[in-house]
Amino acid sequence: MAAPPSGASLALLDKLIAALSTKGLVSEAEITERQAITDRASPEIGARMVARAWTDPDYYALLMRDGKAAAEAMGASMAGAPELGVLENTPSQHHLVVCTLCSCYPRALLGYPPGWYKSFAYRSRAVREPRAVLAEFGLHIDEKTRIRVHDSTADMRYLVLPMRPVGTEGWSEEQLAGIVTRNAMIGTGIATA
Amino acid sequence: MNGPHDMGGFTGFGPVLHEYDEPVWHDGWEPRAFALVLAMGMTGSWNIDEARHARERLPAMQYWRSSYYEMRHFALILQLIELGLITAMEEEQGRMAVPAKPVKRVAKAEMIPAILASGGPADRPSKQPQGFFVGDKVCTRTINPCGHTRLPRYARGKEGEVVTVHGTHVLPDSNAHGVGENPQWLYTVRFTAMDLWGKDTKDAVCIDLWEPYLEALA
Repeated sequence: MAAPPSGASLALLDKLIAALSTKGLVSEAEITERQAITDRASPEIGARMVARAWTDPDYYALLMRDGKAAAEAMGASMAGAPELGVLENTPSQHHLVVCTLCSCYPRALLGYPPGWYKSFAYRSRAVREPRAVLAEFGLHIDEKTRIRVHDSTADMRYLVLPMRPVGTEGWSEEQLAGIVTRNAMIGTGIATA
Repeated sequence: MNGPHDMGGFTGFGPVLHEYDEPVWHDGWEPRAFALVLAMGMTGSWNIDEARHARERLPAMQYWRSSYYEMRHFALILQLIELGLITAMEEEQGRMAVPAKPVKRVAKAEMIPAILASGGPADRPSKQPQGFFVGDKVCTRTINPCGHTRLPRYARGKEGEVVTVHGTHVLPDSNAHGVGENPQWLYTVRFTAMDLWGKDTKDAVCIDLWEPYLEALA
């Protein structure tokens, strides 16, 4: 998937917006506001949810029972959002999320997906050879650990709950949130102290 | 349909490339193009399944040549032209040639958060009896529809096990074609790497599938 867009696409967009604006179907103000909303999204909410689940058993229970309610409890705006499934990593099971058909991703919690998540290479290979893909992320999952790849085909979104690393006993929730990477919540990474 | 979007299992796209700082946008064009996709979605002229189906109906070579946001942009143009919201000439010349067709709404900037909050998830009540339960062995149907489906090619005609029941959800195969939401039971079905790829590992793929995609395994 080539990026950035070709020169022809660049010119096409401005003409399209101009035509739609003169027809009253869209306005520059609306486009600016939409852009501002997408720019505000980041993986921070997801990281705070994971850190809270690691430290608060009640929150952990809520997260596993009702992911959307747990996200809302953390201040995420989930009205209108798809349901949220939480996939808990354990020593015997590692989860990995992909959307082979396009780009479904828990945007409300993780912001906009990185380029590789939408790439043909990731979409085609994650289901077929997850261990080879993870190795390209520098992640080598023990042969005894099962990998569960989740192909997001429906309007369900998935968040991986990574394992809390050893050596983080006594850390504050804020410190813990700082080591929860976006990739750890997709499954292409793990949290490390 | 067996479109260019259905990528699971393909080979030939090379390694998964990581960028050093992984910017969300690679060019000012991308957020602007995507904001337009989202803004036009707010006119209420199509549902999410119709939008997905537009992307997969792009000519295969165009889909594969495009960047992600170009692909979204080209699918938007396809929908706008099909619905008569814009003509090809208007799009080329950047001006109005025929008056706009009415749309459900044109969002003002300040209305956007409320509209976003009102957009529905896909779960819907249904009187359909639940056909499968956790632990049931199922087989996916071997289908090759011309229209929209969310049953990926790599998972057709495969045996799996129901691991989660999600309630009843809008069936994309109906909703993408203007024939109603037709809510059906949605399940997560687990398939072993052996059954999908002939690979002898403990790994598996879990896929969310609607009841009409499945039959009971005797």
